Amino acid sequence: MKLSDFVVREAILTDLKAATKEEAIRAMVESLSKTGHVKPADQEGIIAAILKREELGSTGIGKGVAVPHTKHPSVNRLVATIALSREGVEFASLDGERVHILFLLVSPPDRPGDHLRALENISRHLRNDNFCNFLRQAQSAEAVIELLEEADNNQLG
Amino acid sequence: MNPIPTCTREVVVKLENGLHLGPGSQIVQLAQKFSSEILIRKGDKTVDGKSMLDLLTLAAEHGTVLELQARGDDAAAALEAIAALFDRNFASEQPTDKPA
Repeated sequence: MKLSDFVVREAILTDLKAATKEEAIRAMVESLSKTGHVKPADQEGIIAAILKREELGSTGIGKGVAVPHTKHPSVNRLVATIALSREGVEFASLDGERVHILFLLVSPPDRPGDHLRALENISRHLRNDNFCNFLRQAQSAEAVIELLEEADNNQLG
Repeated sequence: MNPIPTCTREVVVKLENGLHLGPGSQIVQLAQKFSSEILIRKGDKTVDGKSMLDLLTLAAEHGTVLELQARGDDAAAALEAIAALFDRNFASEQPTDKPA
């Protein structure tokens, strides 16, 4: 599984203005909805499900990264989007740091293995400091996509 | 000089959805309470049990056998506590074994 297989290019947000967890999640789901990757009618249900998941424990996993997610029948394959926040979003992360990189995932209810493999993929690249730093500095969706492709091809060292 | 206390133990992932973020964060939070180094091995891959990013790279699905290793003064207690999480299938701490 590659990042570029499940990250929806046209839904990437490189200048997220959200100040709160809810605003961030809403902006990202709306972006998936606007680009036709989740059904607009399901948008509010998906946002609510992701926020409910956050209540169980923050998906802010440290190093300025959060991975909000949910299962939802609106999708028949795993879809994800990325948002970058210059200011950082207060996310109640495990390490208390604000979040600058968000990967939001929506996966079909019957595919827990895909969800695990996507998390594996994302976390493997995020352990690479080059990937994290370049991603935080990316100014455009094109730059993010280029970086994802380089990561997929193990070109980041 | 006394050798560093080291303990190892195998556990099985019984979570229906595998070792995803919810149970993973329970492991990390518990592991960080101990001074010992905590390593978790799946096959030929060994990761730091105190790092969420590390743990997620295991992609340990239902039925996966993992080896826990603790090295340090509180190794035995650390291993017992973490193994207990697996044994009770994580559920009693927080209801996070199924992503919403």
